[in-house]
Amino acid sequence: MAESESVASINRRVFLKAAGVVTGAAVAGGIPGIVAAQKAPSFPKGTRLSILEWVSFVPASDVEFKRLAAEFGKLAGVEVTADLINMNDLNPRIASAIETKAGPDIIMMINNWPHLYADGLADVDDVAEEIAKRDGGFYDISRRINMVDGRWKAAPFTMGSGVWNYREDWFKEVGANKFPDTWDELRKVGTALKKKNLPIGQAFGHSLGDPNSWAYAVTWCFGATEIDDKGKVVINSKETIEALKFTVAFWKDCLDDGGLAWDDSNNNRAFLAGTISATINGASIYFVAKRQFPEIAKAMNHAHMPKGPAGRFYYQGGQAHGVMKYSKNQQVAKEFLRWFMDRPQYDKYIAANDGYVGGPTPYWEKHPLWEKDPKLVTFRDAPKFGRWTGYPGQPSRKASEALVKYILVDMYAQAIKGMKPEDAARWAEAELKKAYA
Amino acid sequence: MADQRIEPILAKSAASGASVIPAPIVVVAVPKLGRPKGLGHLLERENVLAGVLLAPTLVILTLFIAYPFVLGIWLAVSDKVVGRPGNFVGLHNFWVNLNDSIFLRAFQNTFVYTFIATILKLMLGMAAALLLNQHFRFKRIVRASMLLPWIVPTVLSTLAWQWMFDATFSVFNWMLMNAGIISQRILWLGDGTLAMGCLITVNVWRGMPFFAITLLAGLQTVNPDLHEAAEIDGANAWQRFWRVTLPLIKPIMLVVVLFSMIATFADFQLIYVLTRGGPYSSTHVFGTYAYEIAMRAAKLGQGASISLFLFPFLLMVIVFQLWYIRRGD
Repeated sequence: MAESESVASINRRVFLKAAGVVTGAAVAGGIPGIVAAQKAPSFPKGTRLSILEWVSFVPASDVEFKRLAAEFGKLAGVEVTADLINMNDLNPRIASAIETKAGPDIIMMINNWPHLYADGLADVDDVAEEIAKRDGGFYDISRRINMVDGRWKAAPFTMGSGVWNYREDWFKEVGANKFPDTWDELRKVGTALKKKNLPIGQAFGHSLGDPNSWAYAVTWCFGATEIDDKGKVVINSKETIEALKFTVAFWKDCLDDGGLAWDDSNNNRAFLAGTISATINGASIYFVAKRQFPEIAKAMNHAHMPKGPAGRFYYQGGQAHGVMKYSKNQQVAKEFLRWFMDRPQYDKYIAANDGYVGGPTPYWEKHPLWEKDPKLVTFRDAPKFGRWTGYPGQPSRKASEALVKYILVDMYAQAIKGMKPEDAARWAEAELKKAYA
Repeated sequence: MADQRIEPILAKSAASGASVIPAPIVVVAVPKLGRPKGLGHLLERENVLAGVLLAPTLVILTLFIAYPFVLGIWLAVSDKVVGRPGNFVGLHNFWVNLNDSIFLRAFQNTFVYTFIATILKLMLGMAAALLLNQHFRFKRIVRASMLLPWIVPTVLSTLAWQWMFDATFSVFNWMLMNAGIISQRILWLGDGTLAMGCLITVNVWRGMPFFAITLLAGLQTVNPDLHEAAEIDGANAWQRFWRVTLPLIKPIMLVVVLFSMIATFADFQLIYVLTRGGPYSSTHVFGTYAYEIAMRAAKLGQGASISLFLFPFLLMVIVFQLWYIRRGD
């Protein structure tokens, strides 16, 4: 362990040195503000900056965020407050802040929220383009969810992925030496596992993450989409019906029948209790296992979403920071984001996350943290396959409406409960047409 | 009126139509005044004094009840989304709701949830009140502990219920299996009808003590002589309850039912914690669906129109019940 840590720390020094060279090049290129100066700028005495964030699933990440925010405060002579609240409470807080034109200067945006709240967000083109220039470009999904009508409405922050968590030992017992690469292969392995009373776990109830991770990704893997790139509803297709038939068969053959009653936390508990052999999730199961159930941590691994006829897709999560239009401290807010996203600072933040989230650009795939634990590498690579609500169209407000109505999730859930796949697709088509009207 | 000191006055406001908030109590303290001069003289006039005393209540009602209510109505007839000024769209939002299968399901669920839960709460609450009205040891402790489900914050108690209904770790399943009653686990929240049953159960568990304690207070106002007289006349226990007790506590019973219906109709937390309207939107009620649309899809106008669908019905319930109670008087 000590050896691997020392390797990691050497790698990190090399990495930071390389980062410094790139930043130096950026200085030569004339990038303004704190990046060039390598220190936070000063502001008039009494300047305040208020930030609203989610409570991360990795406590060390929150500690590091607050520490960095305080460091910026000291350097810039700004009084910084960072409030961290439950992710579910962010929507109402944002709505009331925008409507009353009062509240935090910076608020975390999750997934396609910059589209949802575009009218209340200041443009942050300069900050985002600076990050893109330094890192050599964002992931496509970062650009899609944070850019509205050609303007950056939030500065991309992190990428969060739900990948397959599985018990390597049990998969081996049924002859799968590695995680299956296609959905059909996974179904075969899953069938064998369920026969051994080790089903796969997947939620199909109403909760923010897991049910959508299946519904959107599987739909895309089979070549279907909610809408086309022009926004026309095209869900009622033979590809969707294939995806539905597959899901119903997978449900019967491979899945724990509790899934319809599950929310986002059930699969974590079931996996750690050893009642399921695999599930789609973030790294939270693994982190808890490492702390409390080392034997499970040792026996488990992560794997990519299998390929369907149309390829490999993830319903990808992403976080960003929006500078609020009502804020009188927009300049300070932008400088904070510039400073935070600059490599010396962001390096520490991303390291504290231990692989739970990745950077918003492929540049951070080279971070040494990914070498510390090979079991987390899947999370590093997932954003490349990530798509957004409304893909291949815009991740618009309308896409959000379809999301919050759980139309895709319920399409699958109803098919599982016995509705004919054709009828389920027709139902989804009718509902999506209203959402995208 | 020689002494111009005016005692603190309790001004109770009437509970508003759609609100379930207990009537605010406003304490207005007017300082001791000297001889009736100027303001003091003015306050001697009854209509001025009445106006002054009513003003705080009126201000509070306007600020916290009338304004949000009017704003809610405005939102419901506008296409307001977060961050943009809304335009008047008439009844368009309501028309959209009526063509939305999820809304119609929520509509039906809200009625089923409210009626079944209220009836059960009334029946069980009445039974509990009759039992608690008897003399037994530790009467006070038992009466006080009855209120616990009602006092514990809904979110906390609902989280406990979530564990009890958990698909993998349900304590009910564990007990039923160990008792040999079932061989396969029951997925309490995995089926639409069953999940609705679970939600009603939790609502009844939570709301029943309110009925029990309030009805108990009503029972204690019944003069024992009436029961004695009825008993001498040969009335049995059921007849005494039906012919003596019930008519006497009817007014209080109707008030409790009224409050409970309003609260149950507007329920949100319990359902949002347990099912979020799932599975397959089978347990959405107005409150949960309005929240998803208004907050998570940022369509404030559409969300308000879903909430406001409650209003005409609640108004009818209130008018009917108040009329019925007054008629009784």
